Amino acid sequence: MSVPSHPTDVVSNGNGKSAEGEVIAVPLGESAQEAFRRLTERPADLLRFATAGSVDDGKSTLIGRLLYDSKQVLSDQLAHVEQASERMGHDFLDLSLLTDGLRAEREQGITIDVAYRYFATAQRRFIIADTPGHEQYTRNMVTGASTADLAIVLIDARKGVISQSKRHAFISSLLGIPHVVVCVNKMDLVDFDEGTFEKIVEEFDDFAARLEMPDVTFIPISALLGDNVVDRSDSMPWYQGPPLLYHLEHVHIASDRNLIDVRFPVQSVIRPPSSSVADYRAYAGQVAGGVMRPGDDVVVLPSGRRTTIAAIDTFEGEVQEAFPPMSVALRLTDDVDAGRGSMIVRTHNQPTVANGFECLLCWMSEQPLSPRRRYLVKHTTRTVMVGSVDVRYRIDVESLRRDEDVQTLELNDLARVQLQLSAPIAFDSYRRNRVTGSLIIIDEATNETVAAGVILDTEVEGVLEEPKTERSPNVKWQGSRMTRARRREALGHGGATLWFTGLPGAGKSTVAAAVEERLVEAGQPAFLLDGDNLRHGLNGDLGFDEDARSENVRRTAHVARLLAESGTIALVSLVSPYAADRASAAALHAAEELSFLEIYVNAPLELCEERDPKGLYARARAGELAGLTGVGAPYESPVNPDLVLCSDETVEQEVERVMELLAARGLVKLES
Amino acid sequence: MPATYHLTHLRTLESEAIHAMREVVAEFERPVLLFSGGKDSIVLLRLAEKAFRPAPLPFPIMHVDTGHNFPEAIEYRDRRVRELGERLIVASVEDSIREGRVVEQTGPRASRNGLQTVTLLDAIAEHGFDAAFGGARRDEERARAKERILSFRDEFGQWEPQRQRPELWALYNGRIRKGEHARVFPISNWTELDVWQYIAEEDLEVPSIYFAHDREVFERDGMLYAVSPFIELMADEKPYTSTVRYRTVGDMSCTGAVESSAATLAEVVAEIAATEVTERGQTRADDKVTEAAMEDRKRQGYF
Repeated sequence: MSVPSHPTDVVSNGNGKSAEGEVIAVPLGESAQEAFRRLTERPADLLRFATAGSVDDGKSTLIGRLLYDSKQVLSDQLAHVEQASERMGHDFLDLSLLTDGLRAEREQGITIDVAYRYFATAQRRFIIADTPGHEQYTRNMVTGASTADLAIVLIDARKGVISQSKRHAFISSLLGIPHVVVCVNKMDLVDFDEGTFEKIVEEFDDFAARLEMPDVTFIPISALLGDNVVDRSDSMPWYQGPPLLYHLEHVHIASDRNLIDVRFPVQSVIRPPSSSVADYRAYAGQVAGGVMRPGDDVVVLPSGRRTTIAAIDTFEGEVQEAFPPMSVALRLTDDVDAGRGSMIVRTHNQPTVANGFECLLCWMSEQPLSPRRRYLVKHTTRTVMVGSVDVRYRIDVESLRRDEDVQTLELNDLARVQLQLSAPIAFDSYRRNRVTGSLIIIDEATNETVAAGVILDTEVEGVLEEPKTERSPNVKWQGSRMTRARRREALGHGGATLWFTGLPGAGKSTVAAAVEERLVEAGQPAFLLDGDNLRHGLNGDLGFDEDARSENVRRTAHVARLLAESGTIALVSLVSPYAADRASAAALHAAEELSFLEIYVNAPLELCEERDPKGLYARARAGELAGLTGVGAPYESPVNPDLVLCSDETVEQEVERVMELLAARGLVKLES
Repeated sequence: MPATYHLTHLRTLESEAIHAMREVVAEFERPVLLFSGGKDSIVLLRLAEKAFRPAPLPFPIMHVDTGHNFPEAIEYRDRRVRELGERLIVASVEDSIREGRVVEQTGPRASRNGLQTVTLLDAIAEHGFDAAFGGARRDEERARAKERILSFRDEFGQWEPQRQRPELWALYNGRIRKGEHARVFPISNWTELDVWQYIAEEDLEVPSIYFAHDREVFERDGMLYAVSPFIELMADEKPYTSTVRYRTVGDMSCTGAVESSAATLAEVVAEIAATEVTERGQTRADDKVTEAAMEDRKRQGYF
């Protein structure tokens, strides 16, 4: 029995490598030690993806093909598929049978539940949440999508973008999946026609434009024949992109986590009997956001008690930092009233604490929402009673229309609701943090999980603690008669802010000054805002503690913004060690739709210390200078900077890289 | 300072498992950890240490002993629990037979594997456990691909696939009624290779039968079984000595050995990475009986 493929297409990958995906299998002749070393020395990361599509779209065949072509199907599984294919009267190996599940599903030929599959290549380990696509199983797709980094939406090339494709796209966007791959399948049945593919891409883009979808990739495939699944297709030379597996192996997911807002929901208190370990008390939990370090000032919500992280413990011992998704135990310097359901956050970056907010709900129970039933919300590690669920409108997933004439919610309904709780919770919007922005609703009588919700970015009611805001809310911005477009036209150039961040001595000012010179000489006004210079005047009243550093950054950001607005390229050279402060500076520009480019001048600490242009490191090491970033105070590296300069090039080369970035963003024209 | 805050896939899986164990201990009243001395439960026990040390484990450890286990696994079990200074409960199938709760099968294909279910459910009821940690993984078998991390069992200990709760994000709903209990599978998302790599990284001791050794075996239904007092030879079955190791640790009566020369953890990892047959397909007769064998046993309340 054979696997369908092109007549000329020899199944190429033997035991080692395929054209694109290097597969974990021991090549002949490799010793056990070599194989072990190869597996352990290059540790892989983990990508979770959800697949959506109905039986007809060829979803099971696609998954079967991915597993088969990447050599993950073992001989006993294959034997089972052979027998089953024969029983069904096929004269080929039906790869979709690799993924069939429970007996009820086999008998009815449908999928009724999320199934999880596993495979690995040398680059990554993969977890597939295989979710059924029919309308009545929105619930399952929401479940599978909740933990996914990436969603594969399957579209039948013959049918184009149908209502189910829209449903899948909508749910992916709702669940905040950062990456979407649209696989246009069955290309073999449309003669591998580029025009058909392009038309589907256009249709999908039209629909997706109304959703929030940061990263969408389109791949034309034939799951049945294997085109562009693991191996590149010979039948579609017009397609320049990578095959699906290559994309899955290389899509960048590290920056999808929130490493800015420190969020630590406490699961439990670890307190051994005093006979074994004297006075040990630690708060166990999994980091839900941000990077935590010993010495950090924190506040415990909802009590509001302030304290400091004394140590971060793991089974292996203390660690110097903890980030998502690490499970650790925190010790605090003070005896505060914290326990399960508390959330530990940074003092200067707090979530909203409120008992009312808006969220999008997916109703998952056959029992409709009823005002007579008592519900509970589980959010992070906290469970509270629901006061009321006020349905604002239901969303028709296919048309995206709102149906405001609804009182209740039924199985598979998606709706926007106002949720009122009996006690406050500490939360972020789901868009900002998938852990602190998600919740489930439990029916108190049946204990069933009846709904899943994502918290929306809206004004909140019943706010107990105001988030940090401007102190002069009533001062209105005075309108200028000059619009940005008119200014730009008259001056012949626009403005922007380039934010150079890095350790003291990394070379920020050197390269920023050189860029300034280059721009001004080319006729583009530019102005260097150097951290040290600003501290002589505008920021002369500020010290170097955490709050003063934040304030230093805030003021500098505002000056840069004004310069950028005026048509100047502001070059900020500032250590700016805290990611949250830099994010605020970026947000300030984003709110005005001004370009803000973060440039990470990434020189190793040893090199900065060796250069030590101001003698700061020498003084810090001698104990004369406390809190120098890199020595006595932390530096939070940018997660996703626009440019990284690694101090392995000359200043001229670095200037060139900055100029290329400016040109690429349309901010200056490069002379050829 | 790392430029990107990166966890390997194993440490990500570890962290998620620790989170799930801590959630269950916080939300249930009387959890228990099922420990057989097999590789998956060895990993589970290490994860429990990671989740709760320096405190004692907040639950006892329980083994359902069929009386047909490998002596090496039993010896290891007792030693490991002693080292940890924790409490071990042994629920014995032998006792269930003596008390007439179950009836022993007879003949050359007799196995106590199915009888464990009654002993397990009786022990859960007797001790009032409301959550039982187990080392099952979704990659083991097709019926398990849809299993939840928290899997609910009704008052008869039965699993109803259609009635399982949706599991979103890492928000586990741990609410149950009196008499019901949950099976908890913190390493659901691990593969066999993950388990071995983790054992190697953590340098965990495992029972010696996981490594190649000489053993008297005979062939039946394409599998190699150990000659033991618990299994009757059929007329045409001829024992011989071979160098074998075990991929799973179950009853001597239904666990097959594989021919192997892997004598170290590194060699085992390499062998698993290159294997062409699944763990259950190669070594577990209990899953071979019918196509839906595992699904049926799960419904009745099996692990």
